Amino acid sequence: MIDELPLWLAILVSVCVVVGAGLTMAGCLGLVRFPDFYRRIHAPTMGTSMGGGLILLASAIFFTVTEQRLVIHELVIFLFVTVTTPVTLMLLARATLFRDRIEEARETEDGSRQ
Amino acid sequence: MKRLLPYPVLAALLLLMWLVLQQSIGLGQILLGGAVAVAAALAASAILPGRVRFRGLTSLLQLVAVAGIDIIRSNIAVLLILINPRAEPSAGFIKMELQLTNQFGLAVLACLLTATPGSAWLEYDGEHNTVLIHVLDLADKDEWIATVRHRYERLLLEIFQ
Repeated sequence: MIDELPLWLAILVSVCVVVGAGLTMAGCLGLVRFPDFYRRIHAPTMGTSMGGGLILLASAIFFTVTEQRLVIHELVIFLFVTVTTPVTLMLLARATLFRDRIEEARETEDGSRQ
Repeated sequence: MKRLLPYPVLAALLLLMWLVLQQSIGLGQILLGGAVAVAAALAASAILPGRVRFRGLTSLLQLVAVAGIDIIRSNIAVLLILINPRAEPSAGFIKMELQLTNQFGLAVLACLLTATPGSAWLEYDGEHNTVLIHVLDLADKDEWIATVRHRYERLLLEIFQ
């Protein structure tokens, strides 16, 4: 265990954390800014891919150096996030597709009646 | 042995994950993790669609590199769209036919496309082997399909089929 980080390493870790957090923040803002569901699903992905990845990388570097042993369980977190995101995404997307298709069918039905 | 360990590689990976998460390679953790791994692999054999036939380590490494580069590139692309107040991304759907039929390969492709900001895997049709993808900034449909084919599908075919 060492108490003080070398300067270059402190800068590297800080840059990773700040850029990662910034990307995640931008993704969350995108969720608000984009106009419809299908465009909105793209924004939070920034947080689960590169945003989260950079924060986890910073964590791995920081603890590997300060505890002077290899700390890589952040890799497992990244893998789990990457593997589980499509599951929830597909659930939401298919529900929306289903609803849209029904509404579309209903609208054309109404149109043909008038 | 075969009945106790139907998926030795899966069990080994689970044990490895257990040890990484526990951050210890003590005998106690190896025994406990080993028991959990064997039990989990047995349970998985009831739901897994089949054995993963896995080859082409260089293709796998190439895929990891390609995916890493694409994730960084598309993060920047989506960020640029977000911070530009006048950007009007021409979002659109793509329905593309896949040659890949292996279920594990399809799962990896779904993870890759979803993990890349700017593209999302929405719906897979197993009967026609087509997939519906939503793209945030769709400039050229055919170019996009060609990119998926050449960058990802080709490598996945080499690895899984």
